[in-house]
Amino acid sequence: MRKLALSEEILLKVDKPARYIGGEYNSVVKDKNDVDVRIAMCFPDVYEIGMSHLGMQILYDMYNKREDIWCERVFSPWMDLHEIMKREQIPLFGLESQEPIKNFDFIGITIQYEMCYTNILQLLDLAQIPLLASERSEDDPLVIGGGPCTYNPEPLVDFFDLFYIGEGEVNNLALVDLYKECKKAGLSRREFLERAAKIQGIYVPSLYEVTYHEDGTIAAFTPNCEAAPEKVVKAVVRDVAELEYPKKPVVPFIKITQDRAVLEVMRGCIRGCRFCQAGMVYRPRRERNAEKLLATAEEILKNTGHEEISLSSLSSSDYSGLGELVNGLIDQCSAQHVNLSLPSLRIDSFSLDIMSKVQDIKKSSLTFAPEAGTQRMRNLINKGLTEEDILGGARKAFEGGWTKVKLYFMLGLPTETKEDMEGIADLANKIAAEYFDTVPKPERKGNLSITSSTSFFIPKPFTPLQWASMCEMQEYVDKAETVKHAIKSQLNQKRLSYQWHSPEASILEGVFARGDRRLGAAILKAYESGCIYDAWSEQFDYEKWMQILSDCGLDYHFYTTRERSLEEVFPWDFIDAGVSRKFLIREWKRAMAEEVTPNCAMKCAGCSADRFSMEACHENQN
Amino acid sequence: MKIRIKFSKTGNLKYIGHLDIMRCFQKVMRRAEVDIAYSAGFSPHQIMSFASPLGLGLTSEGEYVDIEVLSTQSSETMLQKINAAMVEGMQALGYVELPEKAKTAMSVVAAADYRLTFDVPVFAEMKAKFAEFLLQDSIVITKKTKKQELELEIRPLIFETQFEEDQENGKTTLFLKLSAGSAANLKPEQVMDAFCAFAAIDAETLPYHIHRLEMYADVSKKGEGRKLIPLERMGEMIV
Repeated sequence: MRKLALSEEILLKVDKPARYIGGEYNSVVKDKNDVDVRIAMCFPDVYEIGMSHLGMQILYDMYNKREDIWCERVFSPWMDLHEIMKREQIPLFGLESQEPIKNFDFIGITIQYEMCYTNILQLLDLAQIPLLASERSEDDPLVIGGGPCTYNPEPLVDFFDLFYIGEGEVNNLALVDLYKECKKAGLSRREFLERAAKIQGIYVPSLYEVTYHEDGTIAAFTPNCEAAPEKVVKAVVRDVAELEYPKKPVVPFIKITQDRAVLEVMRGCIRGCRFCQAGMVYRPRRERNAEKLLATAEEILKNTGHEEISLSSLSSSDYSGLGELVNGLIDQCSAQHVNLSLPSLRIDSFSLDIMSKVQDIKKSSLTFAPEAGTQRMRNLINKGLTEEDILGGARKAFEGGWTKVKLYFMLGLPTETKEDMEGIADLANKIAAEYFDTVPKPERKGNLSITSSTSFFIPKPFTPLQWASMCEMQEYVDKAETVKHAIKSQLNQKRLSYQWHSPEASILEGVFARGDRRLGAAILKAYESGCIYDAWSEQFDYEKWMQILSDCGLDYHFYTTRERSLEEVFPWDFIDAGVSRKFLIREWKRAMAEEVTPNCAMKCAGCSADRFSMEACHENQN
Repeated sequence: MKIRIKFSKTGNLKYIGHLDIMRCFQKVMRRAEVDIAYSAGFSPHQIMSFASPLGLGLTSEGEYVDIEVLSTQSSETMLQKINAAMVEGMQALGYVELPEKAKTAMSVVAAADYRLTFDVPVFAEMKAKFAEFLLQDSIVITKKTKKQELELEIRPLIFETQFEEDQENGKTTLFLKLSAGSAANLKPEQVMDAFCAFAAIDAETLPYHIHRLEMYADVSKKGEGRKLIPLERMGEMIV
């Protein structure tokens, strides 16, 4: 029996002790004396969220296949345990060995969303590691960040020794090998970091200096030593078809957010929606092999006993092997009593047909993401979805027996007018009307319900809309009110409902998304003042955050509502994320002109990410 | 075919609650490729029922789950397959076939054995007090449910008690055979709470760990006295 880091008294006092004991099926326990490098892989949120993350399972599998490495998992202790660990000075531990991670070689932290930034400090604090990279000694672990937020890591540079920008499979093992060499040669932390900076995808923030103009924008962002490259190029897997995939994912005891086996079918996206960071930074589109995926699915199900399997990608409808894969999975799953859960697919005859095979139509709802209420705005964001597409899809779905529809929209997009907001209600109403036109009265079973949800648009780095301004709080509230009233005044309003996310968190997310190094002081102060789990609305304290930003001499408008010029140097411009600045400017201009850019399968838009791919990422390039 | 599996839940698995143990067992069935039967309907589920939930913090070597299978190999082979798919801390101990008309473990369980291990020395004085506690004709406890408080007479539900000294770790243990099941379920904590109240002891000063040893069905005929047999003995080994 593994000895646990926490006493029985504590474990029986806290909520869900299974979060902290490890020992799950397929978790990897090694003898620490047999390994050279110990890695703590941390997800700065609670266990159920972190364990649902595919990237973590991929890296865990990759590291632990190496005999000389032991990679363990760490998640944020929930508030109840947080307080106990602080009070009793219990150091944060790895789930597998239950030993303090402050004695490990690397602390890897995956940074999936901006609102987890204070939880990163919680992890370091509970681990009893100096929060500031500048205060760490030769004996402290190296703290490395990865994940989507590293496409603008600047707000976090005070707390990390290095960042890994791009796909983890490419150079993480090379980094470990370099570390082993440096350790053997007795080199210092600084010497290791200088050498690491030469690996593609590695960013060592202490090797760069930033100077500012009087207006607060960046004057220069320059390496302060020869070892540091001027541009950090993201790491990209060239051949995804042949890429390894974890066949023995860890099986949690407790129910987690995504409690199922997951098959990654493809990376990247051809759509080119101008607000979508993932759609830009994960370019080019690279597919896995459908036949191999079917074999992998069988193996994973056998190794885990999961009763459900799902597909993962940015746009599964664009996966060329979807028919083969889904039909194969349906056969496999029905024989084994496994549920197939489909990601949101583009609504067409094919997807409705497979959905009717795997879902209970009465219970399941159909999801559309028009993202904007008018064609003008959908053209601006390059969401290649027309009203006819939506109404046609809805008609087919109603004919198939569906009665629940969910619609997702964004508010606060650039140049938005009242018409765009009211267009949301109008579209919802038209879908309801489509139902009454399609389904004759005697066949109307169940209750038609159409739910529209809005969230506020947040401009993200490396998207064509990275130059866009955000709104003031009151404007956001007014926008949501406008939609609410518009929905209420529709003919079919009894069938329509409306949900909206409150704007407070969006404003802070907006600050961090396009933030710079000066925000580090505020994040530190916020954590020290008790801000934690900001991604959890009941924990998030907007007023406190605003006070802290102002105490630190920072005006949040600089990051949110300010107009940016095309000449401005952005904090993330030192990164080569695949898509060129030229392409982004071109797309920003086309957005303002409300011009649609064809998707990559139709015509190459010249984003320049094709240099990372083995296959042609555009089929009909002229 | 109805199958009854006996299993243990020890070590760190005491921190895994009953619902999660059920989920875990379903996954074990799949990993071990047990040919388990599924219910009909749109979302079929494995036909599986547990004898009695075990509370968080408790360990056991006498848990039971009934399943229905379409085919099976010998008890020995099935135990090997299941145990190869188990998590650390859980082990299948028995696999028997039940008569076709057998009722579920949940509906027949009538008694359970527990071993309480005390984390502090238990002196003769306290043992004498416990004997005195049992000599009462009536022991009434109040049971809080969500809606109301119920009074419950527990003396007849305590079948056997026995203090023992564990030679290995030098700790005192208390063996309890208590009524169990849907009709009259008595938990060891309830007995100890009643005892502490009787003896005017602060329950906090008498910490103990509970380990379930076995569960029984009552196979007596009408009018006879209690006749308890372990749930496992209601089935036959498959050879």
